[in-house]
Amino acid sequence: MPFGNTHNALKMKYASSEEYPDLSQHNNHMAKILTPAIYERLRSKQTPSGFTLDDVIQTGIDNPGHPFIMTVGCVAGDEETYEVFKELLDPIIEDRHGGYKPTDKHKTDLNPNNLKGGDDLDPNYVLSSRVRTGRSIRGFCLPPHCSRGERRAVEKMSVEALDSLSGDLKGKYYALKNMTDAEQQQLIDDHFLFDKPVSPLLLASGMARDWPDGRGIWHNDTKTFLVWVNEEDHLRVISMQKGGNMKEVFNRFCTGLTKIETLFKDKGTSFMWNGHLGYVLTCPSNLGTGLRAGVHVKIPNMSKHAKFEEVLKRLRLQKRGTGGVDTAAVGGTFDISNADRLGFSEVELVQMVVDGVKLLVEMEKKLEKGQSIDGIMPTQK
Amino acid sequence: MPFGNTHNNFKLNFKVEEEYPDLAKHNNHMAKVLTKDMYAKLRDKQTPSGFTLDDVIQTGVDNPGHPFIMTVGCVAGDEESYEVFKDLLDPIISDRHSGYKPTDKHKTDLNFENLKGGDDLDPNYVLSSRVRTGRSIKGYTLPPHNSRGERRAVERLSVEALDTLDGEFKGKYYPLNKMTDAEQEQLIADHFLFDKPVSPLLLGAGMARDWPDARGIWHNDAKSFLVWVNEEDHLRVISMEKGGNMKEVFRRFCVGLKRIEETFKKHNHGFMWNEHLGYVLTCPSNLGTGLRGGVHVKLPKLSTHAKFEEILGRLRLQKRGTGGVDTASVGGVFDISNADRLGSSEVDQVQMVVDGVKLMVEMEKKLEKGEAIDGMIPAQK
Repeated sequence: MPFGNTHNALKMKYASSEEYPDLSQHNNHMAKILTPAIYERLRSKQTPSGFTLDDVIQTGIDNPGHPFIMTVGCVAGDEETYEVFKELLDPIIEDRHGGYKPTDKHKTDLNPNNLKGGDDLDPNYVLSSRVRTGRSIRGFCLPPHCSRGERRAVEKMSVEALDSLSGDLKGKYYALKNMTDAEQQQLIDDHFLFDKPVSPLLLASGMARDWPDGRGIWHNDTKTFLVWVNEEDHLRVISMQKGGNMKEVFNRFCTGLTKIETLFKDKGTSFMWNGHLGYVLTCPSNLGTGLRAGVHVKIPNMSKHAKFEEVLKRLRLQKRGTGGVDTAAVGGTFDISNADRLGFSEVELVQMVVDGVKLLVEMEKKLEKGQSIDGIMPTQK
Repeated sequence: MPFGNTHNNFKLNFKVEEEYPDLAKHNNHMAKVLTKDMYAKLRDKQTPSGFTLDDVIQTGVDNPGHPFIMTVGCVAGDEESYEVFKDLLDPIISDRHSGYKPTDKHKTDLNFENLKGGDDLDPNYVLSSRVRTGRSIKGYTLPPHNSRGERRAVERLSVEALDTLDGEFKGKYYPLNKMTDAEQEQLIADHFLFDKPVSPLLLGAGMARDWPDARGIWHNDAKSFLVWVNEEDHLRVISMEKGGNMKEVFRRFCVGLKRIEETFKKHNHGFMWNEHLGYVLTCPSNLGTGLRGGVHVKLPKLSTHAKFEEILGRLRLQKRGTGGVDTASVGGVFDISNADRLGSSEVDQVQMVVDGVKLMVEMEKKLEKGEAIDGMIPAQK
């Protein structure tokens, strides 16, 4: 146990009410759940690595709300955060993840054979398909809290593991700080390059410190499988390709991910996972599968339909702009992905995307012909 | 993030080489001075309130350089930072403040009658005159590090003190989080309103946390004397008016500042000050007087003259855009102010501005007439 979080102890001299944040203008999950009583009970605590309540909630204080999405407003700094601050995080998790209870168990299913269909989404509408997840390496603090030494250790271990991949997964690592201009341009053209976060949601949590130290992108030679190192999570694993063959994307995703996990285990490290929360990641919204499977799909008519939001909700899908979170849609092309992360398996979530997008494209085609879509409205999944 | 005393002892599990920042692309005072040995020596230290070496340098690590100015690249989190981390900060202070030595003594002179002239700068060229300084309240940590409880206490004490001012200084406090739209419009029109910092130099130090909680603006009824509460420092005290009567601006500055200091002393709160560093502020560049005395002056010809920078250097003056630090000049109008803060008194520094600006306006007039200014180039002050 470290000697103590001196500054947190200094704050204890002030009454809880003097330290309690002003959340009167706020609309995020943290602001909905936090109360003066919870704050008072948790403010003296810290995780073994020194992450405190104020560290958890700072991003939610500094970012009162978001025009398009209900933000989480808090982050984890290490695996233990979810235990030490469970009094705050369990209700947030429940609110965010469709009523998931502290006693619930999460199921993991990365067997791509269990996915039905998904190889025939109409490429005239579905421009690209992508599946991503995150993984955290046990024993290291998470991006809001990690030191340079930890971040570099995570990078080193990850690159060692990735360098031993072979076959169609064989690839190369491009450290952000050593990238040549040519490499950078190519990665931008391939839509692979991630940049220093600009979203204030991310910046306020401290995850951009020391940029670009310890950050990089690994991808296979065929450019269909890539790994982000030390962006919002230790690892983000991504499988993607143009067109609508989500089945193939998911196949590659599962195969690659399983190989990476095996490589880590062989070296004596593992990913943060438990039977209740599934895979543990920085943002409570990504617990469980950490999986976001989505497509870029042209639905200019559907997206203007009065029932668009309702349809998405019933299909358990979410819309984003084509630049990802915090962006707007361009030209009627939307990023449509699963809304859930926790309480459903990977296969179940990708199935929802496959089935849901298939239906949305049918609806778009009907609207193009001037037909009504009332008859094909889905029930709530 | 610096706002939680982030697990400094945990980091000691990693070797110095593993934690030492990559400053290869950096050009700021911190990057010039910091070495691995220094980092090794200081990394296990912390101030009584828990401010660590990484907290001091984070802004310099995250901001490699600036196109116009040589940035400092480090901040203090409390009064003790300057003592605990003197191995790093003394050389930075020396480099930034023209060779100021650890054994040097700083003189304070807020006797406005010692200023010669300054009441006759040509208002056809000198559009406005302004003097500002900062003050820190002893016993509280500084904006990069303070908690909400501390910040609110600083606000409370400051408003209590300011509310006792009378005569030409009688005024009112406008907290940022309670401002009406009308008040906000007026403050913007008066050029008084400060907004949440956008400069990554400031954001990287953590001083914008919890914005706008406990931030506000106080100004006198005549709108010639104002105080910023909890922006980059606990207090920024500003005297300003249109035109070139710097003498009057400085008189009001000195008188008002003395009144504020007296009021604080009556309430048993002093300002952070010592005879080596003068007034102690967040940024090492503002030590000493913390004073920036400047004018907005029209110098379209002089500013494009080949010797402009040389002249400024010799006059110990600095140029900025009319939006303040980090901005560009508009239409040949520059913000010209003293470059020094430490090692010369308030009177000395304002004298340099008065004399220097007078000379530059003369030069501008000569250049307008197509005459040379070679005969007027000043000696190095």
